[in-house]
Amino acid sequence: MNNKPLALKILDLISIVLLLAATYLSIFVAPMERVMGNVQRVFYFHVGTAWVALIGFIFTAALSVIYLTTKNLKWDRIQVAAVEVSVVFFLITIILGSIWARPAWNTWWTWDPRLTTAAVVELVYIAYFMLRQGLDDPNKRANFSAIYALIGGLSAPITFFSIRLFRTIHPVVIAGTNAEAEGSFSMSGGMLQAFFFALFAFTVIFIDLFWNRIRLGEAQAKVEEMKINAAY
Amino acid sequence: MATKASHPNSLSKKEAAVGGYFKAISAIVWKDLRAEFRSWELISAMLVFSLLAILIFNFALELDVKTRQSVTAGVLWATFAFAGTLGLNRSMSIEKDRGCLDGLLLAPVDRSAIYFGKFFSNLAFMLIVEAIVLPVYSVLYNTNLFHPGLIAVILLGSIGYTSVGTLLAAMSVQTRTRDVLLPILLFPVAFAVLLSAVKASGGFLNGADFAEISFPINLLIVYDIIFIAISFMLFDAVVEE
Repeated sequence: MNNKPLALKILDLISIVLLLAATYLSIFVAPMERVMGNVQRVFYFHVGTAWVALIGFIFTAALSVIYLTTKNLKWDRIQVAAVEVSVVFFLITIILGSIWARPAWNTWWTWDPRLTTAAVVELVYIAYFMLRQGLDDPNKRANFSAIYALIGGLSAPITFFSIRLFRTIHPVVIAGTNAEAEGSFSMSGGMLQAFFFALFAFTVIFIDLFWNRIRLGEAQAKVEEMKINAAY
Repeated sequence: MATKASHPNSLSKKEAAVGGYFKAISAIVWKDLRAEFRSWELISAMLVFSLLAILIFNFALELDVKTRQSVTAGVLWATFAFAGTLGLNRSMSIEKDRGCLDGLLLAPVDRSAIYFGKFFSNLAFMLIVEAIVLPVYSVLYNTNLFHPGLIAVILLGSIGYTSVGTLLAAMSVQTRTRDVLLPILLFPVAFAVLLSAVKASGGFLNGADFAEISFPINLLIVYDIIFIAISFMLFDAVVEE
């Protein structure tokens, strides 16, 4: 096993610092929202995690195309890493959204189009891992997962735009307004700062985790190879 | 025009190739239907399952006159979806078990012709089951389901569901967890099809304005096209060894 590259070690440290700084900014620096109070602070991490998760899902679909054309297992390892990190971030998004929804909408969960499609997207990528579990041959596994991720990837952009297609109560804070949204607000200076910093922080954290996960995938592949060599 | 006139042979060759493609598709459909009409194992399983599902819904939801109006579309589509996975799984595992798929792959036809053959036969099975379940439901619950709009929605929904279902079934039968995997893979992907089918069917049954129903119908058509196109492109990668 190769040692961890120095750049990754530095990135690990930067990620931790950024996470702490984003937490500090959203809790202490950003002003309190007038109507919703402190619970609105969840918003910074909610959008930050959603942003990287959705980018990750779209990236995954692109990796599917690359794998299916090159058939190089390297792309499969990168794809698994992207899906795994995105699934975790998206789960955090949903949980944070729930925490916010309890006081804002007076319920943990509602079958609103935005929430429903988010749950479906999450389930698509959980199914992706179940598909992988059922396949032993690495080439076939890579092939099928790429195909499934490509089909599933069609649903991620639809989730993002569902808010504009259907009638939903989910607020649209960035670039657009939703008359039927409940719990909407507009951001003031300090909020914008915390918001963009959170986006930036989560992007860096995502890249860091993604990189670590790719290395883990490479180690896994090496172990698998060694096992096969030992058996013969 | 000039090129067309100077190469009369190439045009007829192309026509012959197109004809051969459709011949291959119809041969596969014919094979499936013929095998099914001898054994009846797939349609009978789907049909009995559908009737049992409706029976369970009857007790689970207490389908009295009032609730029936609002939940009929949902009950029908839940039944079709579950019965559909049953049929899709069976139709693909028959091919896999008896080595029939390998035989099909050896045939000198385009791989996508095999996909379309399986798709059309799966669609035929699903439509046959639906054609029996609908009148039975109408009689049992004294609801008139013979609305041309509803039938069009059922056709569109079934096309979308089986088109992506055929592709995913071809994948899931090759896994270790083949018996349980298909619904897990299919439902989240086909979610939008089922959702818009339920919305459109419910709209027709409750006599909503067409303006209200047209959005889910458009969505259904879009998904049908996307799913058929993507399955057409990816089927080759699913069956290659």
